[in-house]
Amino acid sequence: MRASLLALALLAGASLAQDPALDKRVAGLAQELRCLVCQNQTLADSNAPLAVDLRNQIREQLQGGASERDVIDYMVARYGDFVLYRPPLKATTLALWIGPFVLLLLGALLLWRRISRRRAPVPALSEAERARAAQLLE
Amino acid sequence: MRMAWVVAAFAALVVLLAVGLTLNPREVPSPLIGKPAPAFELPLLHAPEKTFSHKEMLGKAWVLNVWASWCPPCLVEHPVITALAKSGLAPVVGLNYKDARQDALPWLNRNGDPYLLSVFDANGRIGIDYGVYGVPETYVIDRRGVIRYKHIGPLTPEVSRDKVAPLLRELSREG
Repeated sequence: MRASLLALALLAGASLAQDPALDKRVAGLAQELRCLVCQNQTLADSNAPLAVDLRNQIREQLQGGASERDVIDYMVARYGDFVLYRPPLKATTLALWIGPFVLLLLGALLLWRRISRRRAPVPALSEAERARAAQLLE
Repeated sequence: MRMAWVVAAFAALVVLLAVGLTLNPREVPSPLIGKPAPAFELPLLHAPEKTFSHKEMLGKAWVLNVWASWCPPCLVEHPVITALAKSGLAPVVGLNYKDARQDALPWLNRNGDPYLLSVFDANGRIGIDYGVYGVPETYVIDRRGVIRYKHIGPLTPEVSRDKVAPLLRELSREG
């Protein structure tokens, strides 16, 4: 009984690890693609039925000789740029890509203005003002 | 003066967030709008030995509704789909998605079958081609086989009345 269980486990292990190189490519792609069902997870992290289907789809296509680029194009054709965790730079995604840098620049500008204002030299007192100040302090 | 700036910036932020709140983040714009509907040839739900292909719908506008017996929102939208099919604006074809015949057929018996026919996409492959990610989904396809509209999630009476029906009327005028 135990021996047969062991054999079964070995067999299952062997069939899973049939092609570690392929597994690695599938996992790599699945990390780059968003699961449409649970949108804050990658295809690799999600166990939603659709994610499982899509992972199988990736594996099938890679096995069939498709390149990484082909698989990504296949997904984008069906689900749009949204599936990509690294969306391409184009007119519709411009705000996404440069927005943070614009905000950073704006923040730096405000900070710089504030600092330079604080540093502005205090105007020197005239002789008359000095005398008046001394008088007041006495 | 400085106060005015702070208030303006705050107001801008409020407007930005308010707009963001009205958007549905689950609604992914389909890249398939304006593109030919993906090809399929699938067995019929009612008659496994027969197949049906998208080509048979060329020449008329039609509606493709992705549904499954395991999908509660499908039951919610079913009366809306039924009303749409009964309106006679366009035939409604069902894509029975990742379902089992012994579940899907009784579901139609219980809830009524408004479909011209339902095709049986057991492994969800055609669903993937159509970019399905949450059942139910509804597509309007014109007579040239181009996808003109897609609705994700249960079709509401409002969307059916304000979006789908006017589009179908427009498409029937075109043809």
